[in-house]
Amino acid sequence: MKKENRYRLAYGTLLLLLLLFLALNICAGSVSISVSEVGRVLTGRGTDTVFSDIILQIRFPRALAAAVLGGGLALSGYLLQTFFHNPIAGPFILGISSGAKLVVALVMVAALERAVQVSSWSMILAAFAGAMISMGFVLLMSRVVDQMSMLIVSGVMIGYICSAVTDFVVTFAEDADIVNLHNWSKGSFSGISWDNVAMLSVVIFTASLCVFLLSKPISAYQMGEAYGQNMGLNIRLFRVFLVLLSSVLSACVTAFAGPVSFVGIAVPHLVKSLFGTARPILMIPGCFLGGAAFCLFCDLLARVVFAPTELSISTVTAVFGAPVVIFIMVKRRRQS
Amino acid sequence: MRDGYYLYTKGLTVGYHGVPLIREIELCLKKGEILTLIGPNGAGKTTILRNIIRQMEPLSGTVCLDGRALASITGRELSRKLSVVLTERVRPELMTCEEVVATGRYPYTGRFGVLSEKDRQIVKESMELVHISEFANRDFIRTSDGQKQRVMLARAICQEPEMIVLDEPTSFLDMRYKLEFLSILQDMSRSRGLSVIMSLHELDLAERISDKVACVKGDHVDRFGTPEEVFAGGYIKELYGMSTGSYDERTGSLELEAVKGKPEVFVLAGAGSGTAVYRRLQREGIPFATGILWENDLDYPAAQALAAEVVSIKPFSRMDENSVKRAKELIDGCSRVICAMDEKDAGEFYSAFSVLLRYAAGQGK
Repeated sequence: MKKENRYRLAYGTLLLLLLLFLALNICAGSVSISVSEVGRVLTGRGTDTVFSDIILQIRFPRALAAAVLGGGLALSGYLLQTFFHNPIAGPFILGISSGAKLVVALVMVAALERAVQVSSWSMILAAFAGAMISMGFVLLMSRVVDQMSMLIVSGVMIGYICSAVTDFVVTFAEDADIVNLHNWSKGSFSGISWDNVAMLSVVIFTASLCVFLLSKPISAYQMGEAYGQNMGLNIRLFRVFLVLLSSVLSACVTAFAGPVSFVGIAVPHLVKSLFGTARPILMIPGCFLGGAAFCLFCDLLARVVFAPTELSISTVTAVFGAPVVIFIMVKRRRQS
Repeated sequence: MRDGYYLYTKGLTVGYHGVPLIREIELCLKKGEILTLIGPNGAGKTTILRNIIRQMEPLSGTVCLDGRALASITGRELSRKLSVVLTERVRPELMTCEEVVATGRYPYTGRFGVLSEKDRQIVKESMELVHISEFANRDFIRTSDGQKQRVMLARAICQEPEMIVLDEPTSFLDMRYKLEFLSILQDMSRSRGLSVIMSLHELDLAERISDKVACVKGDHVDRFGTPEEVFAGGYIKELYGMSTGSYDERTGSLELEAVKGKPEVFVLAGAGSGTAVYRRLQREGIPFATGILWENDLDYPAAQALAAEVVSIKPFSRMDENSVKRAKELIDGCSRVICAMDEKDAGEFYSAFSVLLRYAAGQGK
């Protein structure tokens, strides 16, 4: 039963990291607040209204959002890797995040010009539409090119095109709010309210639960389509589910935090190494926890390292995520 | 009329993108029988198998399994009736061989695929049956192709099917495991009434194990019947369009193309002593004649395939004057005579052996 101990240890580690970074995110920031003050605020005995506002209205919702969105993003990456049987597939690299970003930017700019407030729901819907468009394009490409590396390259190109158009739209839109839009289009967890947190939690947790319920079919699909089908798996329906769920997850992240790079690739890989297995029933909760901890950690650095200047979240995730991708590619080359 | 068959196809036409590849396939198989598809590379054996396991839609016609149209069986039901061993490469990440075998229990486990005690027992038994228990805990990706193939067989068995479909299952196996692999299938077909459909390239094995053989040639199944019916009358050479070499349907042995020309060497042989010599001469490109062989001699098939001329007589008959005369003529025309057999081994009825040996010695050959 050594294996089970390893799984327990892995879950324990992830949970511990998650709690640690959650605490650090609440305590640290450009305004220094002592730990005892944080404790007082959290237990409702805070005396300084500025401090309690910073903690309860800014840091806490932001940290929760980073955790939940990070978990969703890692799961989305895991699903795409399963779908394409490729360890370096992910929502960012395949251009799905960028597609979502483009449609959201278009909707937001259009709304700004008419001075209409965009609700969170319509943001998610817009992001989902964009994600599905990109996904559709990637699927189309996957029929034409049979080489996985070519698929990734075409995904990256789609990403660039979408980003270029987004930049264009954002640059020429005229409004003071554009500063926000600009930050968002680079990827950031800032400015998330409690309302946002509630909404994104509903979407991400529902989708993640669905993913968890799919863990048995996913394990069959890992054996390849032919064997999967022989095990009684309805491949076509299953693939539709995978596409929808991974799109919902990455769309929701993009709607609230913009495009966040590399989490979708790096986290599933790290979690797999940590557990020493690829069994979906263990991987799915593991990826969620890992993604949450990873994003909290990266957001902490983004806020704190050059405070009060904030880095975009993608800058930090790329620094830690990109080496993992390079490592995976080198390892694969050596195996084959 | 088709009662009693576990699987049959009726007017099955298969192909890709609406273009028929093989038409009007009529196959049938009872419980516990083994059907083998043979035919040249690219003939469409895999395509037929893919239609039988419902991985492709037939262009027309039907496949019936256990008395029901394949199309009307649900995925879950089918997965309990039929399991597969395919040529498709499986690269599951971080899975031990045992875990790969255990995926065969998929149709029987619950919502989250957790194995019960009974499931584990069946996994263990399947691995013992195929003799892979020793590397149960090894990483599947790091095993050899032959080992992978045996793991996939254990996986298919642990799915507890009524029929197994295998696509070229023996390709990566060495001789020992080829025989072991097919013996397991034969055992299971006898003891559990398992039906087996497979494609094989090893004709000798196909002939020995199959209850039925189907020959895929061109756009149709050219012959379908028992091995005795199929492996007869030089049909195999025709099926594969062999223009060089030969295939002996009784022994299943292949010979390379005979060296043509006037015989330069006469091989005095019999009782299996000559075959190795014939093959050596073929390798060295020397045309030869041989004799005198009864047509039931061990050397006869190779001699017939490789020699420029064989002096032969009817089985169990006496050496006649004409044959001895013909052999002497051939010795006259050759520059060398090789005696493959020891004179002591030539029995009473092979009297001509000593005669020819002396005749050659007298000429200094």
